[in-house]
Amino acid sequence: MARKISMKQAINEALDQEMSRDPSVIVMGEDIVGGAGGNGERDAWGGVLGVTKGLYAKHGDRLLDTPLSESAYVGAAIGAAACGLRPVAELMFIDFMGVCFDQIYNQAAKFRYMFGGKAETPVVIRTMVGAGFRAAAQHSQMLTPIFTHIPGLKVVCPSTPYDTKGLLIQAIRDNDPVIFCEHKNLYGFEGEVPEASYAIPFGEANVVRDGQSATIVGYGLMVHRALDAAAALAKEGLDCEVIDLRTLSPLDIDTVLESVEKTGRLVCVDEANPRCSIAADVSAQVAQQAFAALKGPIEMVTPPHVPVPFSPPLEDLYIPSAAQIAAAVKRTMACGRH
Amino acid sequence: MAGNPFPLAKPQLLQAYRTMRTIREFEERLHIDFGRGDIPGFVHLYAGEEAAGTGIMMHLGDGDRIASTHRGHGHCIAKGVDVVSMMKEIYGRKGGACEGKGGSMHIADLGKGMMGANGILGAGAPLVCGAALAAKFRGNGEVAISFVGDGASNQGTFLESLNLAAVWNLPAVFVVENNGYAESTSRDYAVAVDSYVDRAAGFGLPGVTVDGTDFFAVHEAAGEIIGRARKGGGPALLECKMVRFYGHFEGDAQTYRGAGELDDIRANRDCIKKFAAAVTGAGVITAAELQAVDHEVLGLIERAVGEAKAAPLPGAADLTTDVYVSY
Repeated sequence: MARKISMKQAINEALDQEMSRDPSVIVMGEDIVGGAGGNGERDAWGGVLGVTKGLYAKHGDRLLDTPLSESAYVGAAIGAAACGLRPVAELMFIDFMGVCFDQIYNQAAKFRYMFGGKAETPVVIRTMVGAGFRAAAQHSQMLTPIFTHIPGLKVVCPSTPYDTKGLLIQAIRDNDPVIFCEHKNLYGFEGEVPEASYAIPFGEANVVRDGQSATIVGYGLMVHRALDAAAALAKEGLDCEVIDLRTLSPLDIDTVLESVEKTGRLVCVDEANPRCSIAADVSAQVAQQAFAALKGPIEMVTPPHVPVPFSPPLEDLYIPSAAQIAAAVKRTMACGRH
Repeated sequence: MAGNPFPLAKPQLLQAYRTMRTIREFEERLHIDFGRGDIPGFVHLYAGEEAAGTGIMMHLGDGDRIASTHRGHGHCIAKGVDVVSMMKEIYGRKGGACEGKGGSMHIADLGKGMMGANGILGAGAPLVCGAALAAKFRGNGEVAISFVGDGASNQGTFLESLNLAAVWNLPAVFVVENNGYAESTSRDYAVAVDSYVDRAAGFGLPGVTVDGTDFFAVHEAAGEIIGRARKGGGPALLECKMVRFYGHFEGDAQTYRGAGELDDIRANRDCIKKFAAAVTGAGVITAAELQAVDHEVLGLIERAVGEAKAAPLPGAADLTTDVYVSY
């Protein structure tokens, strides 16, 4: 019956099924096959963490290993998208976006509007996000807010294998550029995933835990931390609702507002740095649109405003914990109106 | 009647002249209208450079893609973008090529294979790699052409694209329009090599340098390079040495030029004068026939400006449309 696979396998399966369905889907990136031009094994790596392993055997030259040349190949994926292909470009770590950012925010994101609605750019940029790998400041960031700030880009960050498969299939079929953020600490996380192909629409948050006491909002790895916090708080008689945003642009603020109307308390959790973050944005929108429903101050749980540190105890302190989230819930419960 | 010494038949020669003259008159008119305050924003004129865009684009069809520069009007016209829709766009009107949302620096017409003028120098080169990759997958002999100036030839995007096009053997052509100046900075100051052929060689690409004010030289070199790319022979670089009749942007006082420089290039390096002298001198086309084209072109530009000024301005309802396809 229910089959459990990892998030990594869910990504591989989504790519495989979409490449089989639509010949215009191509996949490119650094070492996504691995071993190009050498005398050894072809498909040596299947991506630096093996996510695309095995696709080369089935889809051959529609998987393109690229030079270490992010501006050129990410730009090429965007250009190919504007010319009728549906490229999925893998940019190993979101931290590398700076190298090719112009192609993403001045080119891909702008084409449709700047050309008067006469262009479509169906490109997906898959990229690893998040801390916890002891990978330090330049391989661990959660840069999602940089992309949600740009009109024209869609931004996705799933928390489960089921959502990953459905949202990646949607991303490939979507006619806008999509930044698809994969939390590297969730690659091994397993969950039930149907073998058949399915798409999850963008802009639909998921209420992953019903509750009455307070609303906790997060995405990616933070959804799991929020669920851990909610489980701990339940033992103390607090009944939290947990919302997984799933897509950050478009953002389903309505689901958050409905929940806050019910609970009157909001805790926004974000692995991004606090200033101008997703948490800050959700907080502002709720303060603006559901002020009357709020019974206590909105809480934000984020890392401090510092780069991601290397040393394990420092990195563990950096990443928001279930205990910090639970403490934030208690703070807002203790304040304000009842 | 004398024989035709040119590699193009008379109708094609007249078409080349019409294209170059249309670009020239389009730009001369913008120069005047901008000076009058009729045109908002930044405008970069292609006047003086017409032979390059025209000589290259005569080898292309609508299925072939180009990515242009900030100085894109000439590329648009040579690629067949409608002049009236361009003028409306530059005037910021509805019905413009981009509905008034792009302006001079972003005119595009994907149906004509024109992937856009670009406000980011060097940004078109990776896009052209993608267009060429799409053409290669389709396998129909289409090509993609990237234009950069001598200034943007120093951008990493351009250099990375030369490498990517080489290693993927893409049907891509990289045209360096060397007008001697990157904004106000001389090419000789800013580019570390004397020859772009050497720069191409550094990426394993064939490179050719031509006099970009000589339509026939551009046309011949481009034909060979584009023809090779169509047959799977891979990418190449074409440098066109050319001159810019106006400043980097409209309003540029051009004090960085030497004394008499502008007078000299207008007198001696005007690509249209050179073309006209060649075709009339050979007795293939008469001065009267060229004048008839001039007359026709002036009428077209006048009509384009009239329609642009009469076209409605976009309003509040247009501000938030065309961002996402669905959402």
